Amino acid sequence: MKQLKDSFRDIARYPSAIVGMIIVLTLIFFSFYTIWKIPYDEAIKMWRASESVVYKNPKNARPTWVNLFRKDKLPVSVDVVAGEDDVFTKESKPRSSGGNLIKFVYTFDFDYNEFPQDIFVYFTSNYQAKNPFVSINLLTPSGENIKITDTGISKNQNFRFEQDEDLRTRLKRLHRGNQPDTTMQGIFTKLGSDPFEVDKGTYELTIQATTFEEGSDVNAELIIHGKVFGFFGTDHLRRDLKVAMMWGAPIALAFGLTAALGTAFITMFISAIGTWFGGWFDELIQRITEVNMVLPYFSILIMVGTFYSRSIWTLLLVTIILNIFSASIKSQRAIFLQVKESTYIEAAIAYGASDVRIVTRYMIPRVIPMIIPGLVSAVPSYVFLEASLALLGLGDPSIPTWGKVINDARTFGAHYQGMYYWILQPAVFLMITGLGFALLGFALDRIFNPRLRGM
Amino acid sequence: MTTEINNSSLDRTVEYSKQASRATAKRLFRFFIRRLILLIITIVIGVYVTIIIANMGGYVDTILKATIREEVNMMVTEMHAKTPMADNVRKSMVEREVAIRERLAGLDQPFIRRSFTHLKNALTLNFGRARFMVSDHGSRFVRNIILERLPATLLLMGTSQLLLFAVSLFLALVLSRHYGSFWDKIVVALSPTSSIPPWFYGIFFILFFAAGLKILPFGGMVDAPPPPTKLGYFLSVLRHMILPALSLFISSLMISIYSWRTFFLIYSSEDYVDTAKAKGLSPRAIERRYILRPTLPNIITSFALMLVGIWTGATLTETVFLWPGLGTTIFEAVNRYDTAVIVGTTIIQAYLLGITVFLLDFLYAIVDPRVKLGGGK
Repeated sequence: MKQLKDSFRDIARYPSAIVGMIIVLTLIFFSFYTIWKIPYDEAIKMWRASESVVYKNPKNARPTWVNLFRKDKLPVSVDVVAGEDDVFTKESKPRSSGGNLIKFVYTFDFDYNEFPQDIFVYFTSNYQAKNPFVSINLLTPSGENIKITDTGISKNQNFRFEQDEDLRTRLKRLHRGNQPDTTMQGIFTKLGSDPFEVDKGTYELTIQATTFEEGSDVNAELIIHGKVFGFFGTDHLRRDLKVAMMWGAPIALAFGLTAALGTAFITMFISAIGTWFGGWFDELIQRITEVNMVLPYFSILIMVGTFYSRSIWTLLLVTIILNIFSASIKSQRAIFLQVKESTYIEAAIAYGASDVRIVTRYMIPRVIPMIIPGLVSAVPSYVFLEASLALLGLGDPSIPTWGKVINDARTFGAHYQGMYYWILQPAVFLMITGLGFALLGFALDRIFNPRLRGM
Repeated sequence: MTTEINNSSLDRTVEYSKQASRATAKRLFRFFIRRLILLIITIVIGVYVTIIIANMGGYVDTILKATIREEVNMMVTEMHAKTPMADNVRKSMVEREVAIRERLAGLDQPFIRRSFTHLKNALTLNFGRARFMVSDHGSRFVRNIILERLPATLLLMGTSQLLLFAVSLFLALVLSRHYGSFWDKIVVALSPTSSIPPWFYGIFFILFFAAGLKILPFGGMVDAPPPPTKLGYFLSVLRHMILPALSLFISSLMISIYSWRTFFLIYSSEDYVDTAKAKGLSPRAIERRYILRPTLPNIITSFALMLVGIWTGATLTETVFLWPGLGTTIFEAVNRYDTAVIVGTTIIQAYLLGITVFLLDFLYAIVDPRVKLGGGK
């Protein structure tokens, strides 16, 4: 207990160790929060991006935080269900001839210089034989009333502004000579302005729904696909990057820590046994290490990933196996050789301790403090290894990771199209993780390695 | 009289030192032969392990079979062009010939025997034909594809690593002289940044210099179309090499300065350094003879380990910068599922690693007094 206290006091003397420790602990906390907030199955479902999950998300939308740094704000995404919110009201009146007259009103301010990607209204309704009928109108700040559509709706009907040809033709006619490129541009600019002038102010979207049967009702959900969405933005498949950014943490930690711990401890056991028994076994370990030095381990991982399995756990296992006989086995051997000559080991032999007892009780505990710094410092390399494999397209297909987001971003030209958030967010996460462990590892190295003390 | 004595003793000294250097050369030679043999065995085993891993799903067999079939097809097509024959005759001829050649290649042998056939092929760089990829000169032989890409990798790696070695050694010496100074503390504080691999810096450099400032190219090795003059070509390659070489350089810079500076500090606290100081030797002489000299073997070992480690990073760095080297080749091969190229590149890398280890051993032996004096192992 006192020893533990002492080592904590030592760690506290190094500011970099404290920073590293805070980062590591935050990451661990963040990982548990993620697992609790978005359970694994749900995350996988969200990441698989079926239409029913991602329809509400715009494509390649930037994260909302970019608006903090822009003078020229980007339109935000909206998702409101009628009646649930004050801005989207629903009023129902019975009609004399049976059925209801339902009026939805959505008021919103628009003072952006760019247009949203699209607006849709999702209608759900119940009826026996006769479909309800809706008409949508938009009142612009300059007082024009644009008729959006008049249409009958089925039980689940989706109206997309951008995909309606009639609306587009109507807008072209309203704008006279100057033809808008998109429906959104047509809606949010002053009619007849040339060049286009954005019509800023309060808009009022009115939906009149008429039902023709007793008890028949209509409900509406309005979705505006803006240019920014959520805290992390979305990718080319409309997936919310939140899933990958959050789930990246537990996966990176699991991969990095398991690989580092597994490698370090197996290496330690093997070199302890090797040095204790010596002879041909020790010699064999040395030769395997030399062969392993020549093996291009990353290429072998690529080979395994391409030929056999892309599962992250298979690759983890292969990583551990290939890293057991690394250079660290030589340095550990040197330490064990020293330990083997100590007098307390001689005493253990004298009282008749078994080989197993000497190796596990006397040799290994002496070395554990010495391997901990290396272990912690090795975590970043494994975290980045997973990202490296993902960057080559060998990421686990079903699991969202930071590396895979970077890979997607690179493949779909984030560099060239200025979608920097797509690369920068996972990159920053990876970097923080790497630096956290590296800072801690370096400080631990100086604490546990007396030759480095004060250097 | 005195001059005569002096002369003869001088002669004798010269004679002794000649003998000594001859003995040293002999010992060095013997050391190298032994290391070379050991290394060749190591590489052979390494390549064999690679083959076994690759062939566990029968992938190498498939490559060989495909190569044989293509050769036979070409041969029969040629024969058909000279003396036309019926389709079924041609087909049966192909099948017969393929069966014969497969047996000749030992493909009907058990797994272990077959793996030795593959080993022989791999050691003679006989990697078969690529399925989809073609070398710039139009060859489908994996060997040609790889050998064509190799110079680009060696150019990039060589430049960045030599630069890294020279710069970090120099800076480490300077810092060890000014231990505890502001810059020393900066290096210590920044050394954890080396946990970030070079390709990662590459992504940031591209974002900043290529996408943002637009002053350096996104990737590739020369402009398209390549400049007509030799000088123009050289300058274009240089311009394209700045970012990838910088990424490789930056990512290892801090850690190598830090570790060598620490080595120097440890060694400069030895008693013999104090003695040298007491003798009144100049700081430069102390540095050269008493600090740098004994740390050199350590420096070389750590450099070797770093080089071995950097091959991993190089694959990705090349991919990120579309540098047409081995790394990009393996990336393309993965994307197009060209198994022969993947296996071939992996084996070439095993060779390259082996050669790196050997060259560094060579250097090690030259600077390690224990090898020179014949003592120890």
